[in-house]
Amino acid sequence: MTYQTTPDQRVQVVASSVGSSFAEARDVAEAVGAPRSTGSARPVGRRRLTDRRWFVIAGGALIPVLILAAWQIVSTTGLVPLSQLPSPAMVWLAAVDLAQRGLLGLYIAISTQRVLIGFAVGGGLGLLVGAVVGLSRLSDILLAPTLGAIRAVPSLAWIPLLILWFKIGEESKVILISIGAFFPVYTIVAASLRHVDRHLIEAGRAFGLSGVRLFATVQLPAVVPSVISGLRLALAQAWLFLVAAELIASSMGLGFLLLDSGQNGRIDRIILAIILLAILGKLTDSIVGLFERWAIRRWA
Amino acid sequence: MSADSAIAAPPRAASVGFSDVGRAFSIRSRRKPDATRDVLSGVRLEVGAGEIVAIIGASGCGKSTLLRIAGGLDAPTSGAVSIDGNPVRHFDPRTAVGFQEPRLLPWRSIADNVALGVPRGTPRVGARQNVDRLIELVGLTESAGLRPREVSGGMAQRAALARALCRRPGVLLLDEPFGALDALTRLKMQDLLIDIHTAEPTTILLVTHDVDEALQLADRVVLLARSEPEGPASVSQIVTVPGHRPRDRGSAELAELRARLLDGLGVDRHGTAHGVAAVTTIPHYPY
Repeated sequence: MTYQTTPDQRVQVVASSVGSSFAEARDVAEAVGAPRSTGSARPVGRRRLTDRRWFVIAGGALIPVLILAAWQIVSTTGLVPLSQLPSPAMVWLAAVDLAQRGLLGLYIAISTQRVLIGFAVGGGLGLLVGAVVGLSRLSDILLAPTLGAIRAVPSLAWIPLLILWFKIGEESKVILISIGAFFPVYTIVAASLRHVDRHLIEAGRAFGLSGVRLFATVQLPAVVPSVISGLRLALAQAWLFLVAAELIASSMGLGFLLLDSGQNGRIDRIILAIILLAILGKLTDSIVGLFERWAIRRWA
Repeated sequence: MSADSAIAAPPRAASVGFSDVGRAFSIRSRRKPDATRDVLSGVRLEVGAGEIVAIIGASGCGKSTLLRIAGGLDAPTSGAVSIDGNPVRHFDPRTAVGFQEPRLLPWRSIADNVALGVPRGTPRVGARQNVDRLIELVGLTESAGLRPREVSGGMAQRAALARALCRRPGVLLLDEPFGALDALTRLKMQDLLIDIHTAEPTTILLVTHDVDEALQLADRVVLLARSEPEGPASVSQIVTVPGHRPRDRGSAELAELRARLLDGLGVDRHGTAHGVAAVTTIPHYPY
C-alpha cells in the first residue's frame, strides 16, 4: 500500500497519540506483573519435581545412603578385612566409647572453637585489608605484591615457625587458621571493590557523595554478595588449616584424634574423625550459605 | 506541597556560560608518549536562566564531554564554564545530571533512589515531602516501593529524572536521557519533561542525537560539528525554535528546521536530494 506524504502525516499524528497511551498501559502492566515474577511463585503450571523441597533433600541424601550401604555390605561379607575397613557399627561404637570418656564432645568443641576464632580474626582482617587495597590505588601498589607472595606460601610451611614463636598453645593454631581464612576474603573483597560499576560510583559522586558516605552508600552494598561468597570460601579454608594445625602439634581436637588414632592403628576412630569433619564443615557452610542467599536477595 | 514553602519552592534557575571551552584527551602510545586529540575547542555559548537548550551533533563529537564539563564531572583543558557567573566546581552542587542509563542503585527501592538526590543538610521531613512530590510528578507513586529491576526502562529513567530534580538544581544536565528507550516511551518522556519544566522551571541542557527530540523540547538547538574531518568540534549553528511547547510534531516549520539541522549533521534528505517525491510504504499484514 502506498500513501502520499500528506495523508501519511495525519496517520503519524494519530499513531503517536495512540502510542503514548499504549506505552502507559504497558508500563502499568509491567509494574503490576513485576513483583509476581520476582517472588518465589512460579508461572502457572505444575511444579517440576526438581523444585520440590522433599525431592531436593532426598536427592542430596541419596549418595551418602548408598555409600553407607555399600560400606556395610563390603565389611560384613568380608570382601575387605575388618582390620582394614571397620564396619559402620564399629565406628559408631568408637564414637559412643569416646563420648562416654567425655572426649568426643571436647574434641568437637575445641576444634569448632579454633575454627570460629580463626575465621573471625582472619575474615575480619581480610575485610579490612581487602577494602583498603580495593579502594586506594596507592595501597594496592604498596601492599598487593607482598600479600600475593605471602599467599603463595603453603600452609604447612608456617607451622614450624609458628610453633617456635608461639609454642604449642592455642595461639599458634588460631594464627594458622586466621592465615587460611584471611586470603580468600582479602582477594575477593579487593577484586570486587575494584570492579564496582564505575557508572554507579560516578552517579554517587554527582549526587554529592564522597569518602565514607560514598563507600557506605554505593561501594559496600555493591560488594556484599561477593564478600559473603568470600567468607564462605574462607570458612572452608579454616577447616582445612585446622587439621593441618592439629595434625602437627596438639593434645586435643579432631586433628589430634586423627594423628593419635593413626599412631595406635585405630582405623574406626580415623573414619569417625573424617566423618565428623565432613559433617561439621558442611553444617557451618550451610549456615553461611543461608546467609548468602538472604544477602543476594537483599543486595543484588 | 505548600506545607514547607522553603523546601517546596521551585529551584532558582541559573544561567550557564561557556567561554572558549576546549578539551583534549591523551591518546598515549609507546611511540608518542604525550600525544593528545582535541575533541572540543573554542566552544562559546550563553544559556539563559530557565532556558532549555538542546545540544546535537554527530556521534563522538564531544556533546557528552561538554555536558560533563558543565556539571564538573570533567574539567576543560582550556577555557572555563561558569554558572551564574561563578566557575563550575568539581561535581558542582548547583547542577544535577540525568545520565543515558538510569544508574539507580539496584538494592534500593525507587523512593530511596530518588531520595539519594536530596542535598545534604535538608530537614528530614521536608526532604521526604519533596521526594514524594517528585515521585508523583513523574507518575511513579504506585511503584515507589519497587526495586529498579522490577520496573520498566521508562519507569527507571523517570525515577532517575526525579532523583536529579530532588537536588533542586539550578541547571539540569541531561545526557541523552531517553536514548535507550523505545520510540513510544521516548515520546511520552518528552511530554513529561515539558510538564516538569512547567512545574519546576529550571535551566535544562539536553544532549541528544535525535533532531526531532531537540526541536520538540528546546528553546534553542546548538549544533556541534567539526570544521575539518579529524579536528575538534565547536558550535557550528544555533537555531532558535519557534512556537511554545508542546509543539505540533508534524508542523511544516519544524520540518524545515529539521532539514536544516540534518543537513548540518551531514545527513541529506534522500527524497528531495534525489529529486524524488517523498513516499512512504506501509507493509501489508503479515509483515
